[in-house]
Amino acid sequence: MSESLFRISPGFEEVMPVEYRELVTNGPCGREVGVSDLGTFKELIEEHPLCAGCNMGLALRLILASLPKPEDTVIVGSTGCSSLAFTQVAVHNIHSLFGNQNAVASGLKRALRLRFPDKVKDVVVIAGDGATVDIGLDMVMQSWFRRERITTIMLDNEVYANTGGQESGMSPQGTVLNMAPLGKRFPKVALPEIAREAGCAYVATISPAQPKRLERMVRRAILTAREVGPTYVQIFCPCPTNFKFRPNEGLQKIKQRQKEGTFQVREYVSPEAQAFLAELEGADHEK
Amino acid sequence: MVNQRVVTPEHLFFEAQREKQFITGSEAVREAIRRANVDLAVSYPITPQSESMHLVGDIYAEGYLKEYFRGESELAVMAEVAGASMGGVRVFTATGGPGTLRAFEMFPAWAGARLPIVCAFLTRGVNSPLSIQPDTIEMAFMLDTGILMFHAESAQDLYDMILKAFVIAERPDVHLPVGVFADGFFVTHTREQVAVAPADLKLPPYDPYAAPVPAMDMESAPVRQMRDPFVMKSNFISYAAHASWQQEILAAQERARKYVHRYLEGLVEVEHPEAAVLVMASGTMVSQSREAVAVARQQGLDIGLVKIKSLRPFPREEIKTLARQARTIIVPEYNRVGWLCREIKAAVEDTTKVVGGPRVFGGMTMPPEVVLDQIRRCCA
Repeated sequence: MSESLFRISPGFEEVMPVEYRELVTNGPCGREVGVSDLGTFKELIEEHPLCAGCNMGLALRLILASLPKPEDTVIVGSTGCSSLAFTQVAVHNIHSLFGNQNAVASGLKRALRLRFPDKVKDVVVIAGDGATVDIGLDMVMQSWFRRERITTIMLDNEVYANTGGQESGMSPQGTVLNMAPLGKRFPKVALPEIAREAGCAYVATISPAQPKRLERMVRRAILTAREVGPTYVQIFCPCPTNFKFRPNEGLQKIKQRQKEGTFQVREYVSPEAQAFLAELEGADHEK
Repeated sequence: MVNQRVVTPEHLFFEAQREKQFITGSEAVREAIRRANVDLAVSYPITPQSESMHLVGDIYAEGYLKEYFRGESELAVMAEVAGASMGGVRVFTATGGPGTLRAFEMFPAWAGARLPIVCAFLTRGVNSPLSIQPDTIEMAFMLDTGILMFHAESAQDLYDMILKAFVIAERPDVHLPVGVFADGFFVTHTREQVAVAPADLKLPPYDPYAAPVPAMDMESAPVRQMRDPFVMKSNFISYAAHASWQQEILAAQERARKYVHRYLEGLVEVEHPEAAVLVMASGTMVSQSREAVAVARQQGLDIGLVKIKSLRPFPREEIKTLARQARTIIVPEYNRVGWLCREIKAAVEDTTKVVGGPRVFGGMTMPPEVVLDQIRRCCA
């Protein structure tokens, strides 16, 4: 990023909104801040418009605070609840169509590598479960087959939430939802396993109930995508609005599912990614 | 990369000494892309387009493009070139027929995102029943997507229009996608003499910082999009914002008109504009009509020919003026629905002058005699 990108032109300081001024004076760009520092710096997301108690909103805040280099990160989103929040995110982000996010990201990443061969430009896909596992699955998987150097993050709320609570491929079996009036007839799609087999160098499942772990996984995924290959992080963020629990019960729900064994925190690191991360994290440790 | 010299578009199009090559339409696509300074191309097979993108792959291997790969479907390919275009590079792809329809959702998205993508549409029939044969039905669907549309009559047109499309698409006051359409097989698979500029010349590179929309590279302002986004809100301001954005795309199409005039040397080409009966056509139907018109004129019939090169922007004024003095306008087409006839009827003052057809479709060729029969009927 050129240093002048966020700077306010002389004479315009007074008219710029206060949240923009805060981004300039106290934003995360070019600084070593992360999830533990939340509350001490101006976050990249401004007052997200999602429902009260939305775990996806929380996950988004944590992801954005975890970006290793926000000043050189471009996000590709997709249609759904999260797309409502991305207009309020202060890094370049793209919404194209429902489901084409990994194809857009593939072209974008290759273009940025051509234009900035000596610079790291992280391309991160952040999309819902419908966009990732249903309508966009072929483009998601094909981007992995091609070994595109991008990170794919699924915000798994187990439902098409924005359109009013329809069954998705990630809904648990048996759940009664719109378009599944007798309950879903097949289990959650095993996308982490598919990701591993399709060529992802790093795969993780996590939830916002463990913010530090989420941060570490998102960072590992993005760093691995720079050097090794595609990476995938699946973030479980149950939807209070469509699954009808109270806004303050989200984290309890996640823990309950963990206890039941229907949600597990997992990490797969390919041998190549393992070697890469060991070197990187060893070097960090020595610092 | 192959060492080529950057020259002005004007030099490449109008001044450079041209050499004649006996090549197919697919090879003309290759020769255009060789000189177009394209950064990235994405391919996907569909008859009759496939060969053109094989050949683009070949010149990538020779070092004329920086990046090239095969996508997984037309919808994905159009999304891949969109992502690359948003990343600030010059892109090219090609498709046709069912591929155009498979990718359809992306075309208004390209126009809406103001991406100066150039795509060759090498047309064919659409399902069902299955056909791989020539037909221009897909162009009917494309007319209102917001992209600019040129229709090539020949391999020469295809070469020229593709190169010129990049320059028109990337003008900051236009900055819209351009589709260059050519009739599959008739143009792609037949050989003709094509005059091409020297291969060591190329267009100037695309400048993403001259674009009216920021490249998504975290290098260009603005980074912050909006605090209280109007997207999907149910209020007047959100509707007005969407409506004005759509109008701006149509306005950008209008602003393209002057560049189409400059580079394509007019939206139409007219032979015998004073004639009582005019044949108006686009694509290879112009060639079939030209033969029919030549025979008819030898027989003393008062007939002229209008070749429509640009469909978006559409030559409304040109056609309205031509139609004023004509008694009858004949519109032969390579499709069932007669979309060009509809367009012409929407432009002229007296629609009763417009005679739709003859039309062939599903892969049939149009013998000039069939056009000639129509001319005879209308001149009687």
